[in-house]
Amino acid sequence: MPNHRGGRAAEVFSAMRRMAPLITAVIPIGLVFGAAAAGNGLSPLEATLMSALVFAGGSQFVAMDIWTHPASWAALGVSAFLVNIRHVLMSASLAPKLGHFPGWRKYLSVLFLTDEGWAVAETHAANVRLTPLWYAGAVIPFYFAWVMSALAGSLAGAFLGDPAVTGLDFVFCAVFIVLVMNFWRGARTGLVLVASGLSAVLVHAAVPGVWYILAGALAGVAAAVLMPDGQEVTA
Amino acid sequence: MTLDPQTLLAILAMALATAATRIGGLILFGFLTLDRWQKRAMEAIPPAVLMAVVAPTALATGPAETAAAAVTALAALRLPLLAATTLGVAAVAALRAMGL
Repeated sequence: MPNHRGGRAAEVFSAMRRMAPLITAVIPIGLVFGAAAAGNGLSPLEATLMSALVFAGGSQFVAMDIWTHPASWAALGVSAFLVNIRHVLMSASLAPKLGHFPGWRKYLSVLFLTDEGWAVAETHAANVRLTPLWYAGAVIPFYFAWVMSALAGSLAGAFLGDPAVTGLDFVFCAVFIVLVMNFWRGARTGLVLVASGLSAVLVHAAVPGVWYILAGALAGVAAAVLMPDGQEVTA
Repeated sequence: MTLDPQTLLAILAMALATAATRIGGLILFGFLTLDRWQKRAMEAIPPAVLMAVVAPTALATGPAETAAAAVTALAALRLPLLAATTLGVAAVAALRAMGL
């Protein structure tokens, strides 16, 4: 039921216009991911395949940070699950708005869920009934921008020189620090970060492998749950 | 264009884990009522994981990395993702070139 004037094409274009600034912002990040994947020895096919099948930037950058040769599917799978667990909350909140999508389309729709797509779809759905066509217009161009920029970045990556000299080995770390700062909700977040950071550093020094990520995650969650009430400080 | 079997397996594991988180919410929606504590725990996971990933590099590698991490964190208060990242990367390259 196209409830936009101008019918189906106009509906798709209206969604694409809403996503355009986010697509512009994601392309450089996709390029950086592709270049970093090339630096880790992934072929352009492998880098592009990861962006196409995983389609979740945070977990892809974490994967590049903990990448080993040969790749460890268990460590990478577990860390992708932990980094992306926020999708459970996002897809649960979007579920009632997708309820009228016919059959399998609901399930296909949530596979294209990202922080950006979710935020735009939720804002749109607050005013207008979300249609499959509008949702597709919002998420599919964004998806192709992510996949194609990874391909371009991995093809260019070989020409970027020694990552330790250009500082490119620090890209993930910098991206994550910015993302962490975006989660800041006051002193409560600070305690979570201190608990996680300290346990991660200690376990990283003492235990080989990527257990430090799990240790940090558990310590951070424990801090969040054990923290006494009455410390709700809003920054 | 090469495709290493171990790499493919790792990509598939990541894809399955991620798809599970996306479909999980849709399936759980009907009977998912998180109490305050569970919600607090869920919300703490993403920042805790990201912090755990960066902590060894940011805090226990060297003065150049620690200083550049601080520059990035401060820049993130004012600048968008790409600008703050670029500043952090430029800082680490400059500090390393100075021999830190």
